[in-house]
Amino acid sequence: MTGNLILAPVFIHLFTAIFQLTAWRKTVTQRILSVSGAFAALVAAVLLFTQVYNHGTFTINASNWKAPFAIVFVADLLGATMVLLASIAGFAVSIFSATGLSRQRMLYGYFPIFHFLLMGLNGAFLTGDIFNLYVWFEVIIIASFVLMTLGGRKNQLEGALKYMSMNILASMFFLTGIGILYGMTGALNMADLSEKMHDVQNRSLVGITSVFFILGFGIKSAVFPLYFWLPSSYHTPPSAVAATFGGLLTKVGIYAMLRVHSLIFIPDDFTKKLLMVIAVLTILTGAFGALNKTNIRRLFSYLIVCHIGFMVGGIAMFSKLALMGTLFYLIHDIMIKTNMFLISGVIMQLRGVVKMEKLGGLYKEYPKISLLIAIVLLSLVGIPPLSGFWPKVYLFREAFNQYHYFYIGALILGSLVTLYVIARLWAEAFWKNTPPDIVIENKFEPLTIFKKVLLLLPIGILGIVSVYIGLNAENIIRVVDRISNELLDTSSYINAVFKN
Amino acid sequence: MELLLILVIGLLYAGGIYFILRRSMVKLLLGIMLLGSATNILIFVLGAIVKGKPPIIGSVQDVLDKASADPVPQALILTAIVISFALTAFAIVLLKRVYALLETDDLDDLNTPEEEDI
Repeated sequence: MTGNLILAPVFIHLFTAIFQLTAWRKTVTQRILSVSGAFAALVAAVLLFTQVYNHGTFTINASNWKAPFAIVFVADLLGATMVLLASIAGFAVSIFSATGLSRQRMLYGYFPIFHFLLMGLNGAFLTGDIFNLYVWFEVIIIASFVLMTLGGRKNQLEGALKYMSMNILASMFFLTGIGILYGMTGALNMADLSEKMHDVQNRSLVGITSVFFILGFGIKSAVFPLYFWLPSSYHTPPSAVAATFGGLLTKVGIYAMLRVHSLIFIPDDFTKKLLMVIAVLTILTGAFGALNKTNIRRLFSYLIVCHIGFMVGGIAMFSKLALMGTLFYLIHDIMIKTNMFLISGVIMQLRGVVKMEKLGGLYKEYPKISLLIAIVLLSLVGIPPLSGFWPKVYLFREAFNQYHYFYIGALILGSLVTLYVIARLWAEAFWKNTPPDIVIENKFEPLTIFKKVLLLLPIGILGIVSVYIGLNAENIIRVVDRISNELLDTSSYINAVFKN
Repeated sequence: MELLLILVIGLLYAGGIYFILRRSMVKLLLGIMLLGSATNILIFVLGAIVKGKPPIIGSVQDVLDKASADPVPQALILTAIVISFALTAFAIVLLKRVYALLETDDLDDLNTPEEEDI
């Protein structure tokens, strides 16, 4: 019975999407289905997480084939945590899009595609087969292409073209890597691969293959020389879409890196150096890119790049403390980045623009909403005791232990720039008086009180989760402590896969 | 046979990379398609090609009794072909829309100043 629970987060989204397809052009039905489906998936994810947390990793084999031959789904603590986070973010975005999205987009099938995307995400987090991971990646990217182009405005299509070509290229690198991996070992199951990789004689070929994977996942998670598609496309789709993308899609790349580097390619000195250089440069470019942006969404896009670097650096150090830092940051980042783009959507509703020079006076007019947003912004910056603070403690600590002074410098600079741009955002959009010659296009005031609440509820939910992560850090630390143990000693994962 | 296929793979990768470095959108698409084919043939070759040994288990046997071809790479390629078909179809439609809106085939022209929208 518990085995079937693994598939619940995948299947709930699949069936939600299919039911919505039968209610084509009935936007009210689709909205209700979307929110209830996302809620059901959230419940399933919570159940899955508690099961895995209490009883350890469990697996399900497709058609009951024996382990290395079957496509296996594995719910270990890392996968279950990622599913839980994706479900919380998905639930929040679902509520937000049910109220904040224009009717035209709903008519052309926004909701089914959104649920297919979440299905792909959950599948990617739960699969234990490397080729299956590739297939889930393709499910994710094709759904994200449609979400990005839906609406068909000029800059959207331009952004989508860049996004599409880079992501197809990334999949190609990933697939090439899988092919060479299969040629070397004859295995696709990740646990099986993990055991067979030790016996491969040609170590230089293993090194080259790992570079293929770093390239593929690097493009997806937008690390330094491969990130250009992200800031040129993420500001174009509507806020609800950007929230899903910004919160979850780049983090799938980080998740895959964690998985592949813990199971298949245990990082050697070369990989560690490569990842560390990438991490430092990613933080620096992201930070410098964010400095002069006045469009809030572009600013957030560069902050995504900057903070991806924090996590890649943690993977590069690959020790217990570093992984704890990375995982904690991952948990914090998914919640915060989703929320940031939702906030940009609310600002859009309030003012009709997201350019700083045209904004102002929000604090004076909406003190309560501003307070809510302020908590989220402070969490992003990492003011103690909020959530962004704790992972950095671990990352700093381990960077000092391993003498990575450039990384420490980049971390400090990245955090400082984040603080600076958020302070500027606050001063420009909230404190400054409204510029006199701007016509305000307020879509928020005419809404009914019910819709206003629904629009702010997701930000509240994600904000509460962020505050919980910050104030109850010891619980999160307990979880990431166990995950990092499982990543460093994968025997529990391998045993769980081969047991049945 | 393998040597020939390896040469083909090399050519396809070289051609694909040359095409995606061009500025034309159509050539970008062609490059992506060539790279996809190259990857598929690469997987095919890595599955060790043999002649006339289908992996079929006879009705009286339980397992394969002789060395035979590996069916897994073919299943992988089949999946990859289906996926790349869908992606290519989407890409063609997207390129057509972009061309209709911008009336240019040059990737360097894709820098319209941003407009505001929710």
